[in-house]
Amino acid sequence: MTATPGEKPKAPGLLDGKLSPLRPLRASGNLFAFALDVIRAVFRRPFQLREFIQQTWFVASVTILPTALVAIPFGAVIALQLGSLTRQLGAQSFTGSASVLAVLREASPIVTALLIAGAGGSAICADLGARKIRDEIDAMEVLGISPIQRLVVPRVLASMLVAVLLNGLVSVVGVTGGYFFNVILQGGTPGAYLASFSALAQVQDFWSGEIKALIFGLIAGIVASYKGLRAGGGPKGVGDAVNQSVVITFLLLFAVNFVITAIYFQLVPPKGQ
Amino acid sequence: MGVAVHVEGLTKSFGSQNIWSDVTLTLPPGEISVMLGPSGTGKSVFLKSLVGLLKPERGSIVMSDTDIVSCSERDLYDVRRLFGVLFQDGALFGSMNLYDNIAFPLREHTKKSESEVRSIVMEKMDMVGLAGTEGKLPGEISGGMRKRAGIARALVLDPEVILFDEPDSGLDPVRVAYLNQLIVDLNAQIDATFLIVTHDIGTARTVPDNLGLLFRRHLAMFGPREQLLTSQEPVVRQFLNGRREGPIGMSEEKDVAQVEAEMAALEARGGDQHNGVGPKGASGGEAVPPQLEPSPGLPERKAVRRRQERVARMLHTYDPATADAIRASLPADLLALADSGSYAPTAAGGREWRTEDGAELVVPDPRGRP
Repeated sequence: MTATPGEKPKAPGLLDGKLSPLRPLRASGNLFAFALDVIRAVFRRPFQLREFIQQTWFVASVTILPTALVAIPFGAVIALQLGSLTRQLGAQSFTGSASVLAVLREASPIVTALLIAGAGGSAICADLGARKIRDEIDAMEVLGISPIQRLVVPRVLASMLVAVLLNGLVSVVGVTGGYFFNVILQGGTPGAYLASFSALAQVQDFWSGEIKALIFGLIAGIVASYKGLRAGGGPKGVGDAVNQSVVITFLLLFAVNFVITAIYFQLVPPKGQ
Repeated sequence: MGVAVHVEGLTKSFGSQNIWSDVTLTLPPGEISVMLGPSGTGKSVFLKSLVGLLKPERGSIVMSDTDIVSCSERDLYDVRRLFGVLFQDGALFGSMNLYDNIAFPLREHTKKSESEVRSIVMEKMDMVGLAGTEGKLPGEISGGMRKRAGIARALVLDPEVILFDEPDSGLDPVRVAYLNQLIVDLNAQIDATFLIVTHDIGTARTVPDNLGLLFRRHLAMFGPREQLLTSQEPVVRQFLNGRREGPIGMSEEKDVAQVEAEMAALEARGGDQHNGVGPKGASGGEAVPPQLEPSPGLPERKAVRRRQERVARMLHTYDPATADAIRASLPADLLALADSGSYAPTAAGGREWRTEDGAELVVPDPRGRP
């Protein structure tokens, strides 16, 4: 750049343009615009069935085992906490129902969210980022094929489907783990544990968990694809993109989880009232 | 016949950093053009702007009545099918083998049966000399083969314009020679408009019909190959001769006094003719070497005659050295026509081959004249 006369030359600052109040606004605006593009592209034919199935299998294969392994101790911790808490309160007969409630409503969507963002989302982001820096994405656009329709939509749908299925898996594994720890290790009564299952929990709790998982899958898929497609600056750029995508997804997931839970309690009255 | 690409007043910046401004040129239909420029002058940015991957702030890129800069997303996807692009490393899809890579655009865009796809893919692979490697993955083949596969994929939708981003990068001189011959052969066979972005002076001297040079955020010069090869413009001379003496510095431009001192020293040594051979095939002073011909057995390049008619029409606009070099390349009938003054001068200082009202000039058939 040539300096124009009369203008005082300024040393470049570390924070040039980085403190602008518009920066986060622009970034979130871009993310939302991208999400809208993806939603619009979902309805565009032809649907990429093959890619969808491949991606579903891929996301499932990187998340199933870690999810199951995380779900067991998670269920156990809840069972242990509740076991001692109910004993202190003298409400041992509710141990089973409380642990089912905790697993279905919160633990299982959160575990699903962590795994979908941490394992599935990071894999999607790394894959798209590597394609981006190898010019594959540009090549695809030049061939007249929309990368959003061809690559992003199948991935977002795949992560939504897998999230819903994983949530079911975590629920089963978590409740089973809770039963095991409560009955076998803490000496609870199996009959009481099973009988109290439906004392507090209701079917709506399961559905709310599934809806949460669906939305978490959507957010994880969109953020991972957004960051992956905007990777730049060589291999390091891909690493940065993966890192950012996981962090942003976590932040969004926990915020959205709070909102959905608040809405849920307004819509669905607790049992027994 | 390929289509023309008209670039008018194009300006591109990233943030506050201007890449180039006011680039105006026309890629003549069916001809091969080369864009030169020091590293970092935005040649690749120019290429990406042409296919609409980047949006310039000002100017227009018009091809088949569509302005790529301002058209809608839908039109952009349509007009992109007229383009074939060879990216620097081929940009093949890493998860597919060569056959699937080349068949990809056909499967996405056409409803052809698998046997039709197969025959087209095999034809294109044969054209670029890759027959027999269908099952290989892009990671398993050499850089030169990746580029050939990238060209085959770019050819598969029968594009009107083909852009090559540094086809010579990472290749040895022999493979570059083969690739250049392939480019000329392809031009003879499909008669599309070609634009090559490169640093390789050997390529620039022998392959194209037209040459351009980007420097200091501007298009320094664009015109028939003879115009740049004989040019006395210091930047053009320095670049084509691959020497340090001249206005182009290591990263930024040099100051005037230093350039003058360097040029004096160069003249004292005997000028470019006695300066030896520079890197990347840079040599030869201001000589205009013969252009590459298509391989024997292939049709003539139709662009050659079109170009001769075009430059004959603009002959009077060039300086004497350029005009002499062009005259040497013209056939007798066109030369006579140009000298008789029956060719009307073209608009826009000879940059265009169109008349003032925008219609394409009807070239009188010289053989039909009394």
